[in-house]
Amino acid sequence: MTKAKQSPSMQITKATYKQLASRFQPKRNVLLNSWRAFWVGGTICLFGQILQNFYINVFDFTEKTASNPTVATLIFLSVLLTGLGVYDNIGQYAGAGSAVPVTGFANSIASAAIEHRSEGFVLGVGGNMFKLAGSVIVFGVVAAFVAGIVKSLFGLA
Amino acid sequence: MEYLIAFAVGGLICVVGQLLLDVAKLTPAHVMSTLVVCGVVLDFIGVYDPFIEFAGAGATVPIVSFGHALYHGAIAEAKQNGVIGVLTGIFEVTSAGISAAIVFGFLAALFFRPKG
Repeated sequence: MTKAKQSPSMQITKATYKQLASRFQPKRNVLLNSWRAFWVGGTICLFGQILQNFYINVFDFTEKTASNPTVATLIFLSVLLTGLGVYDNIGQYAGAGSAVPVTGFANSIASAAIEHRSEGFVLGVGGNMFKLAGSVIVFGVVAAFVAGIVKSLFGLA
Repeated sequence: MEYLIAFAVGGLICVVGQLLLDVAKLTPAHVMSTLVVCGVVLDFIGVYDPFIEFAGAGATVPIVSFGHALYHGAIAEAKQNGVIGVLTGIFEVTSAGISAAIVFGFLAALFFRPKG
């Protein structure tokens, strides 16, 4: 019926479209990216460990309670670096290395808040703060809820 | 040694995230959501606590531990108050992280201008 269906060249175009398009996509150097993610992400965790030991030794936190101030400190530093425009540069270099640690979570909140400030504090900052981090919270909470219900109904000792 | 393990384990989790980005071609939001759900599942089967014991901040700093903390809070409350504890306890442990991120994020929007 339609000409496009009859013409074989159209089908070839469709079949090879991805191939054609991939030529124009930037090449991803998986090994280099992984190495960068590894050492930057590792360094952030190393810093977290130093902070945690600092809170345990200086402020008498236990190993369990120390993670709260540690995470809060990391988040504060991450937000500060985001505001100064440094964290985005780190993110350009490190990819997942700066996104996967909890600092990346804070960065996504702070950068969305700063970026949408021009739309006002209620609609802009308040409404967009969780634009990226929201999906993490939603899926985390739903998964934890389902797992928690299953565990407490069937397997709680 | 403690520091070396934290560095190596934390780094490896970030490599997993990077591979999800590069090889599986997921968006960052998908990667983060996947890792959080992984944290819940790993804690559900009882693997994540020994893992934290082993790796310290290498296991608690990556976003995976956010899922672990959500599930942990839910279960701890459920043990005390029954099934309703799953709802009341879910943010128990992560409260510090989320509150800090909201407050500092808001303050950042007050004091900083967007760059570029």
